[in-house]
Amino acid sequence: MRLLINKIVLGLCSLAALVGLVFLGWILTTLIIKGTEALSPYIFTNDLINNGIRNLLVGQFMLAGIATVFGIPIGIMAGIYLQEYGNGTKYAEFIRDLSDIMISAPSIVIGTFVYAIIVIPTGHTSGWAGIFALFIMMLPIVVRATDDMLSLVPTELREAGIAIGAPKYHVITHIILRAAKVGIVTGLILAFARVVGETAPLLYTSGSSVYWSHDLSETFPSITVSIYNLATMPDEKMVQLAWAAALVLTFAVLLLNLLGRFVIREKHH
Amino acid sequence: MKDFNNIMEIQDFSFTYPKSQNPALRNVTLPIRENHITALIGPSGCGKSTLLRSMNRIHDIYKGCQYQGQIKLKAEDGTASNILDIQKENGFIKLRQKVGMIFQKPTPFPMSIYENIAYGLRISGIKSRYNIEEIVESSLREAALWDEVKDRLHQDARRLSGGQQQRLCIARVVALKPELMLLDEPTSALDPISTGAIEEMILQLKEHYSIAIVTHNMLQASRISDYTGFMYLGDLVEFNETDTIFLNPEKEQTDRYITGKFG
Amino acid sequence: MEKIFARLSQISASLVFLVLIGTMVTLYIAAKPAIEEFGAYFMIDSRWAVDVPTESTTTNPNSTEQNETSDSPSSTASTEDMELDNGINVGDEDINIGDEDINVGGEDDINMGGDEDIAATTEVYGGAIAIVGTVFSTIIALLFAIPLAMGIAIFLSEIAGPAVAKPVGIAIELLAAIPSIIYGMWGLFYFGPFIASLLGGHSVSLLIAGLVLGVMIIPFMAALSRDAINTTPDVLKEAAYAVGATKFEVIKDIIFPYAKAGIIGSIIISLGRALGETMAVAFVIGGVFAYADSITAPTNSIPVVLANNFSESSGISLSSLFYLSLILFVVSFIIIFTAKHYFLRREKI
Repeated sequence: MRLLINKIVLGLCSLAALVGLVFLGWILTTLIIKGTEALSPYIFTNDLINNGIRNLLVGQFMLAGIATVFGIPIGIMAGIYLQEYGNGTKYAEFIRDLSDIMISAPSIVIGTFVYAIIVIPTGHTSGWAGIFALFIMMLPIVVRATDDMLSLVPTELREAGIAIGAPKYHVITHIILRAAKVGIVTGLILAFARVVGETAPLLYTSGSSVYWSHDLSETFPSITVSIYNLATMPDEKMVQLAWAAALVLTFAVLLLNLLGRFVIREKHH
Repeated sequence: MKDFNNIMEIQDFSFTYPKSQNPALRNVTLPIRENHITALIGPSGCGKSTLLRSMNRIHDIYKGCQYQGQIKLKAEDGTASNILDIQKENGFIKLRQKVGMIFQKPTPFPMSIYENIAYGLRISGIKSRYNIEEIVESSLREAALWDEVKDRLHQDARRLSGGQQQRLCIARVVALKPELMLLDEPTSALDPISTGAIEEMILQLKEHYSIAIVTHNMLQASRISDYTGFMYLGDLVEFNETDTIFLNPEKEQTDRYITGKFG
Repeated sequence: MEKIFARLSQISASLVFLVLIGTMVTLYIAAKPAIEEFGAYFMIDSRWAVDVPTESTTTNPNSTEQNETSDSPSSTASTEDMELDNGINVGDEDINIGDEDINVGGEDDINMGGDEDIAATTEVYGGAIAIVGTVFSTIIALLFAIPLAMGIAIFLSEIAGPAVAKPVGIAIELLAAIPSIIYGMWGLFYFGPFIASLLGGHSVSLLIAGLVLGVMIIPFMAALSRDAINTTPDVLKEAAYAVGATKFEVIKDIIFPYAKAGIIGSIIISLGRALGETMAVAFVIGGVFAYADSITAPTNSIPVVLANNFSESSGISLSSLFYLSLILFVVSFIIIFTAKHYFLRREKI
């Protein structure tokens, strides 16, 4: 009897795993089949106005990229504070908790916040608003990654640096950050991958544009927002383009994730 | 105690860790002789590492440590200054360049072998590339590591073996020409062969440097040191020449520890 | 230099705090006209953009300056009860909620200049439909995802050998990284019609929104739970096997009690994620302002209301959207905080 129950339960677990995987496999298959229908070199060399996704891809990566440029130094500095200067203090613990909460904050709420402080005063959506929203999404992730990785650096290394007479900031920038480099880089890649696939915070901050644009003070092309718009159009061609864009985006995000894993794997050799 | 051959004189020194009621060290008085090796022995928790770590005030990277008494460090001109008076960051940095430290576990910096040594030199203000190269070589020779690494100076130092890493860390300290070197159980994480190599090296370093070493290996203390202090529960029980301590200790407690009856 | 560096790092850390506070304060200020106008009643009022004749009497003193932190959980609960009781028409007998000081509210706030001061009628906004939709779609998602995610987690950590567990585990983690909009599209074009053909009803509905959300959080929840299960020391398991326990008994009696806090934490974190998810739901919930009279009918959820209506809104309607956003933020804040403090003391998320 016990053995029977055991068999049944284990079978159910395996079945659940199978069902879960079937769903996830279903999504991926759909994505690949539908996505490849409209996939062609053409869409990479033309903007949305000509039924391509070039401007969208470039725009999205610019938004996420510039958000990263701001997010990395500030996030790393904050992580340094939590681990190297404020560690153990109430304030650092408090910031650490808030940062963890921010990681899971609904992204649409961040969009509304940026809408209120940038879009309403300036009167229109803009690339900068989108960047700011993604920056807010990204900051706590970078803080977390830095904080975690610095905590793995052995204390002796800090003391050794101090013991040869290096100033603390020098020990941090030249020794500790270097020792934690691999982990932090992985964290940064994953943080970038996370924000580059975001839609909700961009919906009404950057908006999206069908044209090629360099001007961040204007409405800016975003691939995720455009996928959302295209997918709900009645025109079958547009829906196909949305699938192709979705495939390209997913592919990029997964690639970044694999890259992040690869970097950390290298470390253990 | 008025011995001009003391590089450091610890007088009536007490130390309390942050958030602790009881001092970890009580009224310790101890000289560190110039160009000799002084060993500190005692069971775990006796305060020997705490004492060593006070000598370059590495404790101060954590806030709230309390010191009492005096630790006088002799300067080149023969005058002595109390290192417990140091308050400013700059003072700490100068002190730590004069009093180098080697830790229990090897602590190679995450950079090349060459850079590991050059890093400290640059910080201490030596900018000339030629000088740096010269000092890197001479200090690696002093640490008996040069022959093993001369062909791969630009490899990551973390790929060296444990014993080599530890000798690199010693070379890193030697490069700064410290007046006093503090070694905190430098061989406890190493195999016997590496330990032998390092002990041999320490004996050679004695010619030019003053050394204080903490060890819980009594044989090691008897092999390499000239003077030995035995500590127990935050007190310095006995200090004397090593031979005296090991062959003819004054205190019964010391005798019992040496002969392995406790600790 | 040292001081500057230390200072800079502290400022950077404080920025995290500032952003969080800034979000709260900004949302509160932007939502203020609506909060003053509708008060806490907003949360149980099911009318959205309904014109109500202005009455010059019976201005019921809406409690202004409501602190919705304290009363949102209870209101949500009571909303659920109402939903269960009578489905659709809640707001009919409460017409007197609209009052004339709406003009004051509109003019006081600079950005919110609006068109609501057209004489004789005022627009009334209530968030009940969106709140109920959010709650139910999340519940459906959890009901669907928990068994499957636990199955996967147990399968990965206890049943499958390393040769299977490793690649499958990585696949699961990668799936957690797929942008949520992909899940939404799949739901709209494939999963929705599939379920509709199976059960009847619309191809966009509360049920489908819940299920798509569920599928979306499965990999996330499974990966977290697996990590929690893997923290069980092998010695404990071996000891249990040594006295003749079956695998199921080890899982039930050793692993679950040991990893309970971590598993519950992972469920709550996933709950937080489902609650605030926009894109996976936006395609498939329908976006209509009506209660779902059956589980297969379309309705709305807070993130979707925000996503669909933001750019066209102004004045009191925009303010109401900010009110919704604030509610969502506060609720998810509380949920995540709970998960962190009671179940996941400084663990991976």
